[in-house]
Amino acid sequence: MAADVEPFLRIEGVSKNFGPFQAVKDVNLTIGKGEIFALLGGSGCGKTTLLRMLAGFEEPSSGRIFLDGQDMTGVPPWERPVHMMFQSYALFPHMTVEKNIGYGLKHERMTAAERTDRVRAMLDLVQLTPFAVRKPHQISGGQRQRVALARALARQPKLLLLDEPLAALDKKLREHTQFELMSIQERTGVTFIVVTHDQEEAMTLADRIAVMDRGAVQQVGPPGEVYEHPASRFVASFLGSISQYEARVLRIEGAEALLDVPAFETPVRATAIPGLVEGEVLTLAVRPEKLAIHRHPPGGPNAIPGEIKDLAYFGKDSLYRVTLPSGQLISVHAVNARRGGEARPDWYDKVWVAFEPAAAILLRG
Amino acid sequence: MRRSPVFLITVLCFGFAFFYIPILSMMVYSFNGSRLATVWGGFSTKWYVSLLSNKQVIAAALLSFKIAVVSATFATILGTMAGFALSRFRKFRGRTLFSGLVTAPLIMPEVITGISMLMFFILTANWIGWPGARGFSTITLAHITFSMVFVTTIVQARLGQADRAIEEAAMDLGSRPWQVLWDVTLPTAFTAILSGWLLAFTISLDDVVITSFTTGPGSTTLPLLIWSKVKLGVTPDINALATITVVVVGIGVALAGWVMHRAEKRRLADERMAFSSND
Amino acid sequence: MSVSRPFSIARWFHRRGWSDLIIGLPYGWLLLLFLLPFLIVLAMSVGSQAPTAPPVGFGGEYPWINPRGYQRLFTDDLYIRSFLISLMNAGLATLLCLGLGYPMALGLTRVAKSWRNILLMLVILPFWTSFLLRVYAWMGLMGKSSWFNQLLTDGWNLLVPVDWAVKSIPMMHSNFAVVLVMVYTYLPFMILPLYSSLERLDPTLDEAAMDLGSRPFRVFLDVTLPQSVPGIIAGGLLVFIPAAGELVIPTLVGDASTPMIGRVIADEFNSARDWPMASAVAVALLVLMVGPTMLYSRYQARAEEGPGK
Ligand SMILES: Nc1ncnc2c1ncn2[C@@H]1O[C@H](COP(=O)(O)OP(=O)(O)OP(=O)(O)O)[C@@H](O)[C@H]1O
Ligand SMILES: [Mg+2]
Repeated sequence: MAADVEPFLRIEGVSKNFGPFQAVKDVNLTIGKGEIFALLGGSGCGKTTLLRMLAGFEEPSSGRIFLDGQDMTGVPPWERPVHMMFQSYALFPHMTVEKNIGYGLKHERMTAAERTDRVRAMLDLVQLTPFAVRKPHQISGGQRQRVALARALARQPKLLLLDEPLAALDKKLREHTQFELMSIQERTGVTFIVVTHDQEEAMTLADRIAVMDRGAVQQVGPPGEVYEHPASRFVASFLGSISQYEARVLRIEGAEALLDVPAFETPVRATAIPGLVEGEVLTLAVRPEKLAIHRHPPGGPNAIPGEIKDLAYFGKDSLYRVTLPSGQLISVHAVNARRGGEARPDWYDKVWVAFEPAAAILLRG
Repeated sequence: MRRSPVFLITVLCFGFAFFYIPILSMMVYSFNGSRLATVWGGFSTKWYVSLLSNKQVIAAALLSFKIAVVSATFATILGTMAGFALSRFRKFRGRTLFSGLVTAPLIMPEVITGISMLMFFILTANWIGWPGARGFSTITLAHITFSMVFVTTIVQARLGQADRAIEEAAMDLGSRPWQVLWDVTLPTAFTAILSGWLLAFTISLDDVVITSFTTGPGSTTLPLLIWSKVKLGVTPDINALATITVVVVGIGVALAGWVMHRAEKRRLADERMAFSSND
Repeated sequence: MSVSRPFSIARWFHRRGWSDLIIGLPYGWLLLLFLLPFLIVLAMSVGSQAPTAPPVGFGGEYPWINPRGYQRLFTDDLYIRSFLISLMNAGLATLLCLGLGYPMALGLTRVAKSWRNILLMLVILPFWTSFLLRVYAWMGLMGKSSWFNQLLTDGWNLLVPVDWAVKSIPMMHSNFAVVLVMVYTYLPFMILPLYSSLERLDPTLDEAAMDLGSRPFRVFLDVTLPQSVPGIIAGGLLVFIPAAGELVIPTLVGDASTPMIGRVIADEFNSARDWPMASAVAVALLVLMVGPTMLYSRYQARAEEGPGK
């Protein structure tokens, strides 16, 4: 968590206005050395703008950025030890792969031999040695992506910014490249900030994730924490799927709360959150995979009757959409662990949906 | 299916006949043995012989070529600078006036440009003693001035379409803005700059009006020579000159087309190669 | 404490010198060799003719301005007539270029792809050959004894009654010749912008219109023509503006008794050595050009904004 990483990049109250429009709103972040940090958010939420302020292409309208203790205000892009991998890769079309990778080294004090060695090492790192003398239009999309990565890494930046590094690749290549990216990061030890709008990509790659919405950071934390303990309804619904219902606190019983959920028509129990008071109205959210589906009333708390409206069978698991007595829907994701035995629920079957009190998430606001 | 548009094809044929019959007629009559330029008097190549042995013509062609090369080169340098400034520097003092100055020569009638240049040169000769005699230098200065704005138009259009991320990437990798200009912006706009040079070259090579105002005794460019001959009426050796021009230009254009076609084919082959090496 | 460092050219170049140079050199060049000469013309237009060299003086009483040039513009019918003839010839040439160029450009978009580039090249080719030689080609064709003139004469004599027969058709040295040669030399300027605006049109649009029951000519009126208006305006002005100020064509094939304005300017300047008058006519011609130019730049700005506005 934020406390145990050595602060390396500090973003303090950074905002960016384009005329009357605020693209980034008061962002505060601390990022540790050697971390892979993901900025996750929908299209137009200000991810690229934040990245461009880190790279120096835009000046923050207010707030400051510290890198390794040094204030970056007014430092032009060419003097920042920060490199960027562009969303479009932005390879130089008139230079070979080799020249592209070596371009940044012109500005380093090093001998020609050192320079060639570095380029060779980089080509090796991204496995492009056979393509060294080709031009960008002579290589494939995945190879271009690797050239862009090698070019940004060649000068050994302190911080590497990757803007949607995998968006232009097809699905299979994307999965493969994710792991390659992680292994390269491990070997080089460079701090990565990865922008993405793909939540799975963010969770696979990142040590920590910041979820952004309309220019503001909603929550920061490791993938597990952000997924299991979303801080807001936006974060809860942005990461994975989730069903949300209005609920009212009836009673507080030790660590648990008894809630009246109009959609369920029966009171349910959920693990209480700090500061809960009786009568408070909030949101109860449950993820589909935390729910169990039964053909007979199960023992234990939180069993809600319903009828199967829709089902999708994927083989190893199934997704059910269950109509509750109130008419609202709930999604259940069940693993088909057993073969045969009790037959799986079918269309229009009467079923009971159950969950542990700890599985329910209570959200304010 | 589109029906074949008979009317349009007919007009197209008529149009191309209109374009090329005068030129072909000129080429045929360049082999005319008769002294009367428009009456056929048997096949002969004597006009070519007389043309190519005419020292005046050769000297004028050389002078035109020299002026065109020098003025196109300077026009390209200055025009590219102006195009870069207008497309990359959002704000600077006097930007409005500058962009006006870059478009005005495009629409200024040549007579007016010519007269204003001549008045300018006469007045500066009176005030500061320069230019002592009009000729190569004054013609070249005038040609640079009115052809640089064509280069600017071409370069500015290309830079406006260019991918800015490539320039930002160079900056990100440690290059200062002027190094980015040199390393990335200029090389990627190379074809636009080259076509700017070619345009400036042809404009200079072809100009009569402005040259006629800015020239001085002894400096006769090829168009001026033709102009002075043609003003007196049709003369057969001009037919020969025209034929040579058309053939040279035709070969040049066909060659350029062939080179472009080859480059296109190579690009397609490259793309196929990239696709097959996809791993 | 800041130590004041000595001025260094390298440091200045890195910081702002490079951009100052890039703006300053072409800017300075145009100020000196375009704007200043033009301001001289403007000043000359209110000077007085003088027997000095250069033949202009700014004597007399305050405010040393002599409006004679501008007064003559409106009183001497030589100028009014030549302005009118220029506008008429240029306008006629523009209309004829449009009438011939539009179907040609449309035809070019309809021929097979493999042919199109070759034909476009053939449209551009005359542009790369000398302008003067293209004018000259028509001097040859229009001359009394040329095969072309004789062909037309024979045709005429066949069609009309015997006593209307002529020995040759008087084409040279007339406004007809000027307009014909203008159309010939400026036609590519009309075809190219028209072609590029017609080529961009989505062919499925007129297929859609035909699908909805329109006949081809209706489709042209309803779909193609309205969308090519920017191309028509661009092509029209590219022909009209240089044609109105043309000097070479009226000098070579025009009628000396009804000169176009470009020729008047050159004659005032060269033969009459009346600099103030030549300048005044030049200024007046420029003023006439302002209107169409503004129209053009407005359309271009709109075209850059993109379609559908
Ligand atoms: N130069 C600019 N001028 C005005 N508005 C801008 C500018 N750059 C970005 N914006 C606006 O700021 C907002 C954030 O843009 P940004 O590019 O940061 O989004 P993003 O999160 O990267 O989106 P995507 O995932 O689509 O790339 C957008 O609404 C955009 O329109
Ligand atoms: Mg983005």
